[in-house]
Amino acid sequence: MSAHTDTHAHGHDDHGHDDHHDDGASHGTVKGYMTGFVLAVILTAIPFWLVMDDVFKSSSTTSLVVLAFAAVQIVVHMIYFLHMNTRSEGGWTMLALIFTIVVVVITLTGSLWVMYHMNANMMPMTIHDMKNMP
Amino acid sequence: MSNTHALSPTGDLASEKLEFYVRGEHHPQNGTLLGFWLYLMSDCLIFACLFAVYGVLGRNYAAGPSGADLFDLKLVAINTSMLLLSSITYGFAMIEMRAKRINRTLWWLAITGLFGAAFIGLELYEFAHLIHEGAGPTRSAFLSSFFALVGTHGLHVTFGIIWLITLMVQVRKHGLIQENQRRLMCLSMFWHFLDVVWIGVFSFVYLMGVLP
Repeated sequence: MSAHTDTHAHGHDDHGHDDHHDDGASHGTVKGYMTGFVLAVILTAIPFWLVMDDVFKSSSTTSLVVLAFAAVQIVVHMIYFLHMNTRSEGGWTMLALIFTIVVVVITLTGSLWVMYHMNANMMPMTIHDMKNMP
Repeated sequence: MSNTHALSPTGDLASEKLEFYVRGEHHPQNGTLLGFWLYLMSDCLIFACLFAVYGVLGRNYAAGPSGADLFDLKLVAINTSMLLLSSITYGFAMIEMRAKRINRTLWWLAITGLFGAAFIGLELYEFAHLIHEGAGPTRSAFLSSFFALVGTHGLHVTFGIIWLITLMVQVRKHGLIQENQRRLMCLSMFWHFLDVVWIGVFSFVYLMGVLP
């Protein structure tokens, strides 16, 4: 029975702690915003430079690098500007975000995958192909 | 005899379960911010669909102009910096809001609005230029999906600016009361979210669009 009351006391402490974090952790500081801004500028400038100066000869390499920088910059914005963390609103914002990312990834990869294969299998891709059709 | 022994612990368990259910639940005090976040996530799905459409149709030029012919990356870079600067100035407005300095909050909000308006102005100039060159949304599947995606983002920013002006009037009239602080926090999430979407637009549409 004493163990029982202990759990309750502990649970209550946690509750108060969470409330404090809801107010405290989700607010930005000047330093946080400036860090995010500098990182965002760097992460924006590099892909623009890569494309405008044709740094890589292969465009598929450039595409992959640009997408990787975009992904990193999105994470930077989420952390420093949108103040995402696992504690705000009892973790529900993070759960909603993860669910959304899953749906977005399925939508994008699924659409591109299916439509690419339909294109490749069903339509002549170039005028040259069209001329040499049986 | 063995039956009664087996039953008595289950009685204890039932009472424990009851207590646990009542005490352990966590109620957020204000659900508005969570609700607004859920709206943003649904908005994210709209943009995901438009990105998927652009990803599928983005190379179907119908013998018309391609991204490499049309996009002016210098203009896009200026546009991107406008949106990025407006994000950081909105952040400063939020810091001043917490310090309860009404005038400084209003100034930072006004600067944010000006950057947002510059972004929209440049985008409208780009659209007008494209349509003038005969590369309007009716020219090819590529341009239809381009105008749908970038136009939807631009509309979001436009409504964000209208919301921003409304809130500036509200703050001037009623001060930084609890309700206005909540509204400013919602707009903050909306504004930063649009900047996140723009990262996808300039990377996926403009930068990858000019590659051969």
